[in-house]
Amino acid sequence: MVQRLKAGPSAAQERRPRGGTPPRAVRHRWWTPYVFMAPYLALFLTFVVAPVVYGLWISLHDWDINVPVKPFVGLDNYRELFDPDGVDGPRFWRAMRATGVFTALSVPLLLVVPLLVALLMNGRFRGRTLYRAVYFAPYVLGVAVVGLLWRFLLDGNIGLVNHYLGLLGLPDDLQWTTDTPAAWWGLVLVTVWWTLGFNAVIYLAGLQDIPAELYESARVDGANAWHRFRHVTLPGLRPVALFVVNSTLLASANMFGQSYLITTGAPADETKTAIYLIAETGLRRFEMGSASAMSFVLALALMAASALVFRIFRERQEDR
Amino acid sequence: MTETHVQHSRGPASAASPQPAGGPSAPGGTAGVVARRRLRRSLLHLVLAVVAALYLSPLLYMLVTSFKTSAQAGSTTPRWIPSPVTLHAYRTVLGATDSPVLRWLLNSVLAASAHTALVLATATPAAYALARMRFWGRTAIFTAVVATLFVPPMVLLIPNFLIVNQLAWVDSLPAVVVPGAASAFGVFFLRQFFLTLPGELEEAAEIDGCNRWQIFVRVVLPLTKPALATLGLLAFLANWNDFLWPLYVLLSPESLTLPAGLANFQSANTIHYDLLMAGAVIASVPVLLLYVVAQRWVIEGVSRSGLKG
Repeated sequence: MVQRLKAGPSAAQERRPRGGTPPRAVRHRWWTPYVFMAPYLALFLTFVVAPVVYGLWISLHDWDINVPVKPFVGLDNYRELFDPDGVDGPRFWRAMRATGVFTALSVPLLLVVPLLVALLMNGRFRGRTLYRAVYFAPYVLGVAVVGLLWRFLLDGNIGLVNHYLGLLGLPDDLQWTTDTPAAWWGLVLVTVWWTLGFNAVIYLAGLQDIPAELYESARVDGANAWHRFRHVTLPGLRPVALFVVNSTLLASANMFGQSYLITTGAPADETKTAIYLIAETGLRRFEMGSASAMSFVLALALMAASALVFRIFRERQEDR
Repeated sequence: MTETHVQHSRGPASAASPQPAGGPSAPGGTAGVVARRRLRRSLLHLVLAVVAALYLSPLLYMLVTSFKTSAQAGSTTPRWIPSPVTLHAYRTVLGATDSPVLRWLLNSVLAASAHTALVLATATPAAYALARMRFWGRTAIFTAVVATLFVPPMVLLIPNFLIVNQLAWVDSLPAVVVPGAASAFGVFFLRQFFLTLPGELEEAAEIDGCNRWQIFVRVVLPLTKPALATLGLLAFLANWNDFLWPLYVLLSPESLTLPAGLANFQSANTIHYDLLMAGAVIASVPVLLLYVVAQRWVIEGVSRSGLKG
């Protein structure tokens, strides 16, 4: 897929092992690579490596940006998150629950619907590129525009969604922006509409990398369409699916803009996600120690979820 | 670029049963197959066209509403054709002094362009060194860079705010230009690309007496243009649409980017949907134009990000 450049004169040279240095490395002074690396490394150390360490340090302190004294409090910030009678604990777990609910509702849809779209698009017909561009289009708009637009369309009184539900004889007074569970479905609907194209495009690239011979031999063996899908398409999509599952999981767990713009966390902070609470706690109320502790607990939860996904994919592979 | 595969894979064209090559057996059967295939195909087209129209209809309604009066925009019976058609919303939005939309537009253009340039200028040489040079620490650096792809970004939020504050960048454009450029994605993406380039050209250039820098600039970079265009577009879009970070790190009205500005604009004009939609249209037009022109590279870049080379 990536190998578009066939400029190499001999096929043998092209089949050089990937990931290593070319066999006859062009000579250079010892410091040349460091000069090439330096600008990026400076950014990387300042805004990725240092913040991780710094964040851990902050989480061990009672840290307010406006208060010069930042007393060391050990693990107190973490302990408070697990204290059911405290202030931060219940607030944090309600936000974690919101993130969990949204992730559980949105991820399955964001895995299945884009796959169906990709399967539809994976033929050769006129206008295919146009349709692909159409389904991808909302993604380039960004969450601010998407949130503003759907806050309007989902409005309980004047929104298009309720209007058309009414025309179909369905309940037309759902308060999508202020009432659960309607708010959850609204947020999920918006997210699917917005990001469907992203996953579909990745699936599509994966579908096109499945060798046609596999389908042909399956057909020769008498496999029907369902069998071909089950035994050729799905296994062939595995590497891409691992990426899609993981990135969708992370994106859903990072959901912020939809909730900020459409429900503003309503009703009663029920749809206020963990990242929303972290940003408010740390960057509005400036309780940065507590917010950092929250971010590390959330990050650990996410890394555990990611590790689980990796394991499931690996086990499936061994089954075969 | 994989167009050639497409005709063989699953899809309406190959899903139909293999056609008899002609000859004495059942010419009527062939006609039947062709007719069935044609029917399937037009059915597919119909479904796709209807769904695509539905899919884009929210965007159309956004555009339509931006040409309505406030009263019409807030009416309980939605209309797809504004009457009267008015530019009132645009005039109000562009003239409002407390929400300088044009300034936000300018800030967004400046920030996204500077961010894109910074990503390309730093990631390209680094990725090239990682792909093509042998040096002490190479594996360790590459492992560290890839490992950060798995670090959930929220842990960076609070400490990066403090770091940006230390640099006195809060409430100014560098805050939304620089930190994001440390992302590992660009380096990873370009390294994969460099590994697919044949090494002979670089070797030949060395024999011709070029040094490493000259090889990089004169031989390698011209071959890298498509990958740079793709990465540049993705970086531009990501920065243009970034929401959470600018919302908290930019504070005064004149330093906001469009997404952060629109969020404030929304809370200030909750019931004036004509104004809100006009603001949303202004924020959408530049990226939609960019997308229409460069759609192929954007989509190609995204589809490649899912395939580990």
